[in-house]
Amino acid sequence: MGTEVEYGISVQGLPLANPMVASSQVVNAYASSTVKARRARWDFEEESPLRDARGFDMARQVADPSQLTDEDLGLANVILTNGARLYVDHAHPEYSTPEVTSPLDIVRWDKAGEQVMLDAQRLASQAPSAQPIVLYKNNTDNKGASYGAHENYLMRRSTPFADIVRHLTPFFVSRQVVCGAGRVGIGQDGREHGFQVSQRADYFEVEVGLETTLKRPIINTRDEPHADPEKYRRLHVIIGDANLAEVSTYLKVGTTALVLAMIEDRFITTDLAVSGSVASLRAVSHDPTLTHVLTMHDGRTMTAVQLQMEFLDLAKKYVDDRLGDDADAQTLDVLGRWESVLTRLEQDPMLCAGELDWVAKLKLLNQYRDRDGLEWDDAKLHLIDLQYADIRPEKGLYAKLAAAGRIERLLEDPAVESAMHDPPEDTRAYFRGRCLEKYADTVAAASWDSVIFDLPGRESLQRVPTIDPLRGSKAHVGALLDECDTALELVSRLTAR
Amino acid sequence: MAQEQKQPRKSSQDEATTEEVVESDVAERKEVIDDDVDAILDEIDDVLETNAEDFVKSFIQKGGQ
Repeated sequence: MGTEVEYGISVQGLPLANPMVASSQVVNAYASSTVKARRARWDFEEESPLRDARGFDMARQVADPSQLTDEDLGLANVILTNGARLYVDHAHPEYSTPEVTSPLDIVRWDKAGEQVMLDAQRLASQAPSAQPIVLYKNNTDNKGASYGAHENYLMRRSTPFADIVRHLTPFFVSRQVVCGAGRVGIGQDGREHGFQVSQRADYFEVEVGLETTLKRPIINTRDEPHADPEKYRRLHVIIGDANLAEVSTYLKVGTTALVLAMIEDRFITTDLAVSGSVASLRAVSHDPTLTHVLTMHDGRTMTAVQLQMEFLDLAKKYVDDRLGDDADAQTLDVLGRWESVLTRLEQDPMLCAGELDWVAKLKLLNQYRDRDGLEWDDAKLHLIDLQYADIRPEKGLYAKLAAAGRIERLLEDPAVESAMHDPPEDTRAYFRGRCLEKYADTVAAASWDSVIFDLPGRESLQRVPTIDPLRGSKAHVGALLDECDTALELVSRLTAR
Repeated sequence: MAQEQKQPRKSSQDEATTEEVVESDVAERKEVIDDDVDAILDEIDDVLETNAEDFVKSFIQKGGQ
């Protein structure tokens, strides 16, 4: 699994600055200071442009430079030694984590992405005559624009998509009570005043669909596995908020992965479908007391927290049934935290202010409302919402709360810092990252499913496919990479196999 | 507080004293919590951008995914 986060970007003093230019400055600043010698390009060969908004990037890449009106920006699209991708998508800088296999590793490489963005922003702001650029890990400007924080899960191709839609839709309607990031403003342009649980809920308009930038669907059908399409699909989840709180991110992907495992194994036999999913999604978000009552297809009624508890009960039975005593510690930890959080959310949501983004943000907002007598239309409350997501430790309010020990951390700083440079060891990201690190001069391009070498003395480029996400791990290629001093040696030994 | 509750309550006078202690303890804790809230708000006051209205207005994004 992996995440991709588009960051909000603002050039201080220049609200109308071209966001694509600014985003490119951020990515290029990081690339030129960090990426070694030759800058490896993103390889789009395995991507499906007609089915992929990123095809726009591909057109740029293959176009003659003279056809590009913004040619001086260069190619703002690089791969990092930790296996991640840093690039400009639409009008935002975006960081995609390398592929990982556990929720805690998502937290680690997602947090590393924040640090990469922080370095990038500082470097871009240092450039001669540059205006300071500030990045926000949020999802809306409260004026109608929304940008995503997507999750990707590898799933078996044999799982019927209808099952995914049926079971995952009610899960997504309700999971925001755990992983919402909180927002001041109701409606896409925030015209109504008030607080809601999710940043993204108001931007979702249909239940199922291909689009990601308009008429956004609760279940996205983009089918681009970046792996063997016979065996796998990549479930592209676009409904989540960008989280700063580590427990929010951990539970977001941990609980979703459990529900997907149950769907793959056909474990869910009850019907948990909610009537009017899109309207329900918004209604849940608009009620931070979490008392809104959902009506189920079968006529039952329950709150979003109670619906989450239905999924939790299923997941506990599933883990017990399939794994029993062999269940790994992290799976049990996800279940335990999920139960603990839901139990407290049902008692009093404020009991989760030390773990979950939306509750932490709401608590802070309420403290300001109490102290200063502010109404929800007050600009100061909107500022607190925005500045919560400022990624600078000296300005960001999440960062301040975390530094003061008011929000639980799951990782120590050194683990996050090392993940800015080191790849995960148990996926193909290991091969990609190590190649970038060790053979920087000869890697011409790379992507999720390939590394392409430009070897001295060879006329054509050598493409090493990495089609299986779980191969290319340290266990598979660690020794080989250690032994090969040059890319030439590596490719020779790989092709001799 | 826990210790006080464990002590056997021999007379109504004792009980009154205990309650008093508990009450003042709660008041003290409330004060600590209030101080705590004040401390974090003070800290955040120091870093909040000035001119909230202009700042929020000028945060304009192009769409994304």
